[in-house]
Amino acid sequence: MISVRNVNKTFGKQQVLFDVSADFEPGRVNLIIGQSGQGKSVLAKSMVGLHEVDSGQILFDGRNFTEMDKSDRAEIRQEIGMLFQGSALFDSMTVEENIKFPLSMFTKMTKKEMQDRVDFCLERVNLQGRNALYPSECSGGMQKRVGIARAIAMNPKYLFCDEPNSGLDPKTAIVIDSLIKDITYEYGITTIVITHDMNSVMEIGDNVIFIHQGKKWWEGDRHSIITTDNPEIEAFVFASEFMKKIRSSLKERIK
Amino acid sequence: MDEVQYIGINSIPIVALMSTFIGAVISLQTASNMDSPLLPDYTVGYITQSSVILEFSPTIISLILAGKVGSNIASEIGTMRITEQIDALEIMGVNSLNHLILPKVLAAVVYFPVLVIFSMILAMIGGFVALVVSDLQSTETYVLGLRSFFDVSNITYALTKTVAFGFIIVSISSFYGYYVKGGSLDVGKASTKSVVVSSVVILIANFIITKLMLL
Repeated sequence: MISVRNVNKTFGKQQVLFDVSADFEPGRVNLIIGQSGQGKSVLAKSMVGLHEVDSGQILFDGRNFTEMDKSDRAEIRQEIGMLFQGSALFDSMTVEENIKFPLSMFTKMTKKEMQDRVDFCLERVNLQGRNALYPSECSGGMQKRVGIARAIAMNPKYLFCDEPNSGLDPKTAIVIDSLIKDITYEYGITTIVITHDMNSVMEIGDNVIFIHQGKKWWEGDRHSIITTDNPEIEAFVFASEFMKKIRSSLKERIK
Repeated sequence: MDEVQYIGINSIPIVALMSTFIGAVISLQTASNMDSPLLPDYTVGYITQSSVILEFSPTIISLILAGKVGSNIASEIGTMRITEQIDALEIMGVNSLNHLILPKVLAAVVYFPVLVIFSMILAMIGGFVALVVSDLQSTETYVLGLRSFFDVSNITYALTKTVAFGFIIVSISSFYGYYVKGGSLDVGKASTKSVVVSSVVILIANFIITKLMLL
């Protein structure tokens, strides 16, 4: 479980996060949603240590990440997998080398074991046989899937996904969502997804946190997001007429 | 090994081209301007040898490498920064500074001197060929000049400068690439800035090292 306790973060004179606290449980897909510039990416990057928080605590299964030195943090980071918005694949390496990279850096696996692990990860994301491709030769959806394969290569306990569906067509977005959901349930990973995609919220959001003006504004599951009367949630999730109609029809059904 | 290929071997063509032609021009200019009967004929070879070893190969080649290798390093690391590849390394628990920059520094410190020795040899050969083609002086006299007053400490001085320049080029260009913020335009700016700053620092370091080692 990842716990965030009273986290504050400031850039210069601008405070971005205000006393944010939340728990992210294992085996569940935890979503952080919110408008652009409200602090959700800063929260996620603070959780993995890419930003230092001003005050508060980040706990990974009770281990206080914020007070750790570099070497202890490096150990925790080996338990973290991250899928970046732009995939962040190493473009000088092939798909196979990208997935092998953390294995060769941090494990004592033999070449055969590494090859087996790479093949398993690629099969898990339905990319078997694409080992020799370079990231530039892969489509956006394939790059995301390679990103997921690399993120799960080390059997992570925690998986962070930063806008996994951005730039993808709806069909590919569904594939990526179901991969994230399946991997989370299968391996009992604590998964945190930052997203704008309302389809993702309704499909995979076991626990949804709405960040607004740098504060945790609302928390619930994908069903309660439909019934909530929180005006900011309404303004964000059901902004269009189309979404409003869907919402009223879903509300009727739930009643 | 990739860094050796990238920093050392890929630079051979430009170093070879520059060195051969500049060596040729130095010997031609010296030969055509030697009117005084008081100067011995082997002066052409001696001046070519001295200017190539002391200044041309270590300093001018390093300035050229600051443009070629330095801009390449700044844009490569800068692109990795803006595409979150450096963040990906950090998340994995990899020390990105060590992983990305240390091999480049080592490759430059080891292979820049090799390139500079290669440049010295080619520049002197360039001078030889220029004299053969122009028929301004006998090659025997030129070779005698190359061998006259040869001082091994000049090579030590040149290679010391080269090691320092290699370190300067890689560390400055890595710094500008690693700390770039923004998008592709900023990567381009960082790349240009790294070349300008490296070149200025090389010139200052050249002055300081010369003052310390030769005077």
